[in-house]
Amino acid sequence: MRVLAAMSGGVDSAVAAARAVDAGHDVTGVHLALARNPQSGSASAFATRPHRSVARGCCTPEDARDARRAADVIGIPFYVWDLAAQFHADVIEDFVAEYAAGRTPNPCLRCNEKIKFAAVLDRALALGFDAVVTGHHARLGPDGRLRRSVDLAKDQSYVLAVLTREQLAHSMFPLGDSTKAQVRAEAARRGLAVADKPDSHDICFIADGDTRRFLAERLGEAPGEVVDAQTGEVLGTHQGAYAYTVGQRRGLRLTRPAPDGRPRYVLSVTPVTRTVTVGPAEALDVSTVYGDHPVWTCGEPTTVECEVQMRAHGETVPATVTLAGGRLTAHLHRPVRGVAPGQAIVAYRPDPAGDVVIGSATISQALPETGRGVPVGAA
Amino acid sequence: MAYLDHAATTPMLPEAIEAYAATAHEVGNASSLHAPGRQARRRVEEARERIAAALGARPSEVIFTSGGTESDNLAVKGIFWARRAAEPRRTRVVAGAVEHHAVLDSVEWLARQEGAQVDWLPVDEVGRIRVDALRETLAEHADEVAVVSTMWANNEVGTVQPVPELAALAAEYGVPLHTDAVQAVGQIPVDFASSGAAALTVTGHKLGGPIGVGALLLARDAPCTPVLHGGGQERDVRSGTLDVPGIVAFAVAVEAAVKGQQEFAARVGALRDELVQRVREVVPDAVYNGDPADRLPGNAHFSFPGCEGDALLLLLDAQGIACSTGSACSAGVAQPSHVLLAMGADEGRARSSLRFTLGHTSTAEEVDALVAALPGAVERARRAGAVRKPAAGRPTAGRSAAGEAAPPH
Ligand SMILES: Cc1ncc(COP(=O)(O)O)c(C=O)c1O
Repeated sequence: MRVLAAMSGGVDSAVAAARAVDAGHDVTGVHLALARNPQSGSASAFATRPHRSVARGCCTPEDARDARRAADVIGIPFYVWDLAAQFHADVIEDFVAEYAAGRTPNPCLRCNEKIKFAAVLDRALALGFDAVVTGHHARLGPDGRLRRSVDLAKDQSYVLAVLTREQLAHSMFPLGDSTKAQVRAEAARRGLAVADKPDSHDICFIADGDTRRFLAERLGEAPGEVVDAQTGEVLGTHQGAYAYTVGQRRGLRLTRPAPDGRPRYVLSVTPVTRTVTVGPAEALDVSTVYGDHPVWTCGEPTTVECEVQMRAHGETVPATVTLAGGRLTAHLHRPVRGVAPGQAIVAYRPDPAGDVVIGSATISQALPETGRGVPVGAA
Repeated sequence: MAYLDHAATTPMLPEAIEAYAATAHEVGNASSLHAPGRQARRRVEEARERIAAALGARPSEVIFTSGGTESDNLAVKGIFWARRAAEPRRTRVVAGAVEHHAVLDSVEWLARQEGAQVDWLPVDEVGRIRVDALRETLAEHADEVAVVSTMWANNEVGTVQPVPELAALAAEYGVPLHTDAVQAVGQIPVDFASSGAAALTVTGHKLGGPIGVGALLLARDAPCTPVLHGGGQERDVRSGTLDVPGIVAFAVAVEAAVKGQQEFAARVGALRDELVQRVREVVPDAVYNGDPADRLPGNAHFSFPGCEGDALLLLLDAQGIACSTGSACSAGVAQPSHVLLAMGADEGRARSSLRFTLGHTSTAEEVDALVAALPGAVERARRAGAVRKPAAGRPTAGRSAAGEAAPPH
């Protein structure tokens, strides 16, 4: 097959590309330039030329160089594709809009959905490639089913669960049967200089990791009140409800202790009234979760017993999941704490050969056990 | 493989490789006083004389450098500094809008770091500098202009500039003109003395010499402040131990290229014309950019409507055809060419362009290979150009208002 390997400059995608070559595929590497070059602003402030082409590279040219070097070692052609405009519109703006709406987005998931397995895949198919290869830690067998990686600590099936059958049919994840340690060792064996490059953890477009400031720069100040869910008392103020996430405890800056003196957690964020509601830990427990935009990869069931996961690297709980009218309802068999609207709920079918992703949806709302307290999440 | 990227670099001539290897066996620093040093010096000076003779310069006007980029930097910055030091009101730089980045970025650096004012000379739709624009600029600002820089032939679209005319105009106003003749030497006649230029850039690897050796031809009366300071080699204008084998091979290549220029232009020009005609046959809506007649014989440059140049490049590369989008890219991200934009092309046309350049090793088979592969590649690239929207999948969330959503049922 002719396959396009998306190469980030990290160790995983380099080894994935090398394995695709070993498997006999005709592999071409591409590095996706996703961020607008922060330097271009100052450079264009001094543009004396009438036809200055605006410099727009990736945020870290070293990543592009690392990817290119890996491609050279593997011996495959390598190009850089500029997807900065799409990434900005579909991932960054979406990220900001989601926070503005009181939800907690997962930008990696959105990037997979809109960029890697959409814009890039479409372009690849049009150019005559058969599939896109990435270094995600997940298994994708000949049955077309997405399963967890053997390395549960590194498993990324959660952020891939938005992919449709069609998208999965044109995807390859060669690392799913290996642990991260094995991948690193293999990279060293192959002479790939990225073998001991540290993992990336943070949101790639927030270089300093300060999400709150990133949002504040884009959304401005929108002061409001922090209100106790039980007594209705105002416990403090905030500069923007968008900076708060359901389940958050730190950084609340309450000016008064809660009436019962116990720690308070964010229970819900309501941008319209600029209200952040807080309450005790147990008020975060939810038992029913609703989701929009379901993507079902195993045929749409009406009701299924499965396990669900509601944030990246979060715990899984048994649940009864129902699909009706384009909406997912999950009744959790035991309460779960800190479920944030905007995150994905991913349903797995437990399997000794790797839990199988059966579907996903975007969490719109989460409710405590019937008859107990207020709904959790964006209201 | 079909190598259609001779403007990026062209293979070394066998006689240049031989001269390089023979000289590389010898020891000697051309600045040393002993016998091996004298031997090295003799090789360098012979090379200098041969280059001077081939390009219509005096030997003392040949300043060896590490290539085109260094020569351009030295000419633009060095002449600017020297002229401003002599006459502080001379703070203007005049340059063509389609210059190579070695000139373009040197000029912008002067503006940023040295407060230079810049006048960019516009070009017409084939990429030729408007002589009138230089006349107007000089009529208004001649006593403030430190240096003018206009290339001899454009590296992207191949258009030949009216350098003698521009240089005569500059001379009329007493302003030195530098010309980047990197792409011109060996392809069209280039004569330093009769051009009227005060400085001329030439590099080895575009004419059959080694990469990393070049020269700046600098008129005796052209003032120039050094960029590289050190041992004072090269008239004190350019320091650094001379690359003897490189310089010897460079001289062999310059001599051969200049001697063979007419034959090159006839043979390669005919092959290029065939390429252009056949590309137009197989892709009828291809737009031929640059001056159709007054251009480098090895250059063909097209826009392919609806395609992205980098997609075409990828597809042709996969079929063993090496060509270029011709645009500069730092991190490998294709930028729309400043040359095409200056010629009045819109960004789409600029991004859809591809450069095929022929050279001394080019064959009819290479043109055949391109013509065979191109239609399929164009069709594919067009399809890819049409699907740059996100595919199926759910609509982007978050557009819905942050309103009160009622709890379900
Ligand atoms: C017009 C022009 N000037 C300057 C250069 C730079 O020359 P060099 O590669 O020798 O530094 C090039 C080559 O890319 C060129 O085409």
